[in-house]
Amino acid sequence: MTFVKTKIGRRSFIKTTSLASGGMLLSFNWLASCKMTREEVSALPNEWFKLNGYLKIGDNGLVTIMSPNPEGGQGVKTSMPMIVADELDVDWKDVIVEQADLDTDAFTRQFIGGSQAIRRGWESLRMAGASARQMLKEAAAQTWQVPTQEITTEAGVLHHKSGDQSMRYGEMASKAAKIPVPEEVELKDSKDFNIIGTSRKNVDGPKIITGKPLFGSDTNREGMLIAMIVHPPAFGLKLKSIDDSAVKGMPGIKDVFTLKVFNDNYEKTFFDTRTFNDVAVIVGNSTWEVMNAKKALKIECEPIESITETRDRFGNKWEQHTPSGLENTDSHYTQMEAMANRPATIQRKDGNPVAAFQKAAKIIERTYTAPFLAHNCMEPMNFFAHVKDGKAELIGPLQKPEFTEQTLSARTGIPLENIEIKMTRLGGGYGRRSYAHWAIEAALISQRVKAPIKLIYTREDDMTDGVYRPSYHAKFRAGLDANNNLIAFHVKAGGIPESPLAANRFPAGAVDNYLAEDWTIDSNLTIGSFRAPRSNFMASAEQSFLDEVAEAIGKDPIDFRLELLERAKENPIGENNDYEADRLVGVLKLVQEKSNWGTSEANVHRGVSAYFCHNSYAAQVLDLVIENNKPVVQKVTCALDCGVVVNPDGAKNMAEGGIVDGIGNAFYGELTIKDGVPEKNNFDTYRMIRMSESPKEIDVHFVENDIDPTGLGEPTFPPIFAALANALYQATGKRYYRQPFLVEKQVVG
Amino acid sequence: MAKFNLKINGKNHEVDVDPSTPMLWVLRDHLKLIGTKYGCGIAQCGSCTIHLNGLAVRSCMLMVSAIGNQEVTTIEGLSENGDHPVQKAWLKVDVPQCGYCQAGQIMTAAALLEQNPNPSDSEIEMAMNGNICRCGTYTRIKKAVQLAATDTNS
Repeated sequence: MTFVKTKIGRRSFIKTTSLASGGMLLSFNWLASCKMTREEVSALPNEWFKLNGYLKIGDNGLVTIMSPNPEGGQGVKTSMPMIVADELDVDWKDVIVEQADLDTDAFTRQFIGGSQAIRRGWESLRMAGASARQMLKEAAAQTWQVPTQEITTEAGVLHHKSGDQSMRYGEMASKAAKIPVPEEVELKDSKDFNIIGTSRKNVDGPKIITGKPLFGSDTNREGMLIAMIVHPPAFGLKLKSIDDSAVKGMPGIKDVFTLKVFNDNYEKTFFDTRTFNDVAVIVGNSTWEVMNAKKALKIECEPIESITETRDRFGNKWEQHTPSGLENTDSHYTQMEAMANRPATIQRKDGNPVAAFQKAAKIIERTYTAPFLAHNCMEPMNFFAHVKDGKAELIGPLQKPEFTEQTLSARTGIPLENIEIKMTRLGGGYGRRSYAHWAIEAALISQRVKAPIKLIYTREDDMTDGVYRPSYHAKFRAGLDANNNLIAFHVKAGGIPESPLAANRFPAGAVDNYLAEDWTIDSNLTIGSFRAPRSNFMASAEQSFLDEVAEAIGKDPIDFRLELLERAKENPIGENNDYEADRLVGVLKLVQEKSNWGTSEANVHRGVSAYFCHNSYAAQVLDLVIENNKPVVQKVTCALDCGVVVNPDGAKNMAEGGIVDGIGNAFYGELTIKDGVPEKNNFDTYRMIRMSESPKEIDVHFVENDIDPTGLGEPTFPPIFAALANALYQATGKRYYRQPFLVEKQVVG
Repeated sequence: MAKFNLKINGKNHEVDVDPSTPMLWVLRDHLKLIGTKYGCGIAQCGSCTIHLNGLAVRSCMLMVSAIGNQEVTTIEGLSENGDHPVQKAWLKVDVPQCGYCQAGQIMTAAALLEQNPNPSDSEIEMAMNGNICRCGTYTRIKKAVQLAATDTNS
C-alpha cells in the first residue's frame, strides 16, 4: 500500500468539493455527442454526486469518469478512466466515460503530446479514484458508527469487516460528496490492480462503428455557416490582395474578406506557428458552394521579407529567423550536405574523439537523409466557433487546448473565463493539431460574420498549408581499432530548420570517445512536431548505421548492441546518458526470444532495430520477403517496455499503428517543394501506406514490470524505419540511406 | 438549384441543391448524416464510402444528380442497432484508433462480403486498398473482415 499526499490536483478537489458540499445535483454541460456511452437510458440514476473533478457517482451506483485529455486514437479516453476506476474500486461495466472540456482549474496537462498522458496523469488519476473511495469509506464509517479502517470496498460495494453491514457506492454517494477531501490517500499495490492491466475495449467503439457524431467536423448548429480559407500557393509568398468579383454573386456565398491571423506586434508562443499569416476567407451556406467559390477566387501575392521574431517558449524567449525566397527540395539537400562538412555546434564530447579517429584502423562513415513529411490526418483541419456578446464557444479537435485558449484570448480580446473550449475526438493528430491556428481563424471569422461558423480545410489546404516534419540529415562515423573494437563514435546531425540530435542517447555512454554535433538551416516552411519528433529520424539513421557497423565488425547486430549496452550499464561513459541500459537490453532480449532470432527461413530477410524515446523502450524485428520484385513485410515482432501496461490490447493496437505508420512513411512518405510550392496536395500524389502494403502480421510483447507507466503513442514509430532498412539490405544487398526508400517505379530486388 | 428525391437508408428525402453537389455534402450538410466522412474529395481515401444499390462507392465524387432511384445506404443505415456482422466484428477486434476512417472501411468491407462472402486475404486487400487508415489499423481491419466473413457464413 502506498500513501500519497493529495497535493497534486488539490485545487481541483477543493474546488469541486465546495461545489458538491451541498450534495446537490450538479448540472453538466457536456457536448451532446459525448453524452452517454451506454444505451440503456432507463438505467441512468436520478441524481449524480460529484466527488471530485474526475468523477461523479449516481444514486444507482453508476459512475461517470471524466477523461481529461483529448482523444486522437491513442486510447486515453479508455485507459485514463480505467486508472481512476481501478483505484475507486468499481466494476468497469458500471462506468460511463465522458470527455472533459478544457478546465485548467480541475485538470492538469490536458494535452496530446510527447506520449505523456498516462505517465503524467498516472498519479492524479489514481488519486482521483482513491480519494473518492476514501470519502465513500468515511461516509460509511459515519453512517455505521465504526472506524474507517474497518471498512473495505469491493467492486462498488462498501463492507464492514464484521460482515454485518454493506452498502453500494450509489447509496452512500450523497453523503460521501459532503466529506472533506482527504489530506492523504491510500493507493493500491500494483498486484491488487483489477482493471489496470486488463484489456478493455475502446469506449467510443460503438459510436465509431455506427457513424455517430464524435469529431469536430461533425458539429452542426442552427444557423451555422461554412468557412474556408485561401492561402498563398507558395511558402515565401504572402497575400497582397484579393479579387472577389467572380465570387460575390455565387450561390450561397455570404462573405469574402481577408483575415490577419496573428497581429503584427503579437509575440507568438510555442504553438503559434503560421507562415501564411494573411489569408482570404470565404463564408457561405454549404461546403460545396464554398468549395466552388474557392476555385473562383483570385488572389494576388508578393514575396515575403526576411524577418526575425522573438517567440516565447514556455517562458523562455527565442529568436526565430524566417528567410525570404522560394525554397526547393533539391537545394535543401545541397545545403544540408554543405552544412555537414562545416564546423558545427558540439553538444557532447567524451574522451578524445579526434585522436581516437586518427589512430583508428578503420573508419566507417555514412550519411542519412529524410524529407519533409505532411501529417495527413484523415480528418482535415477544422473548427467550430461561435463568438457572441463577448463570449466564445469553440468546439473541435485540439492537442493543446490550454495554449490555444491563451492565444485565442490574446488575439480576440475575449477574457479566458469567457472562452469555452469543448474537445471533440480528433480524426488523427500526430502533432499537427498542436498548432491550432485554424481555431483562431474560426473564432475571428465568427466574430466578423456574427454567426456560428465551421471552418473546414480542404485536403489540399491541409497538405499545402501544413506544419511539416522537418527535413533532416545525419552523418555518422565509427572508428574501429585493429581488433574491431568500437573506439570512437561521431554523429553530426542537422535539419531544416531544426536539429534532430539527441546527444545523450545510446550509443552515448557506451563508447570511450564520442562526439555529437549539430547545425540548422533557416527556412520559411512551417515545421513542427510529427509523431516522435526528431527521434523519428535519428532512430532510423542511428539504427541503420549500427547495423552496418556490426556487419563490418562481423557481429550479430543484436549481440553487438547488447555488448555496447553492457558497457553502458557496467561502466558508463559520461553522466548524462538519458536512457537506462538495462531496459534497452530487456527489450532487445525479449524481441530476440520472441522473433526466434538466429533461426533462418528460406527467402525471409530480417532486420532489427531498438530505440529509446518518450520514456519508453522499443525493439523490433522485421521479416521481409520479395514477391514479384516488391518487398512484402511478412511480420514484425515488437518488444516494448513502457512500465505498467494499463490497457494491453489498446496498447498493442497503438504499437501496431506506430509500426504500420512507420513502414508507410519509410517506404513512401515525402513532401517535396518546388519554388516554395508543396508538390503534392492530395492522396493521388502523396502516397500513404495501404492494407496490401502493411505487415501481414504484427506480434507485440511487453516487458512485465511494476515501473510507473510511460507512453506508447510514439515509441514504436521511430525504430521501425531502421528495422525495415536493415531487412531491405538483407534482401537486396543495398543499404537505404535516403528516405523514402521506395520512389515511384523503383523496383527492389 | 434543383430538387432531388433520394432514397437513403430506406427513407425518402427531398433536397434542393446544385445538381453538381457530391452526395457526400448532401449527406453531411443537408441531411446531417455526418457518419460519412470527408477525407480527400477525389475518391482516393475511401472515408466517404457509401452503398449505391449495395455496391461500395465513394460519395465525394458522386453527383447527387446521378443517383436517381438508386438506393443509398450510409453507415447510419447499415444496420438498425449497430449489429451488422461487420460492425460486430469491428467491436470484437477493437479495430479503431482515431476512428475517422472506420465508417468508410466498414462500408467497403460490408459491400465486399455481400458480393464475396468468402474472400481470400488478397481479395480482402484488393477491396480494402481504396481505404486509407492513417493510424495504421490495417492488420485489425483485415482480422475483422475475416471474422465477419466467418460469422456471416456460420
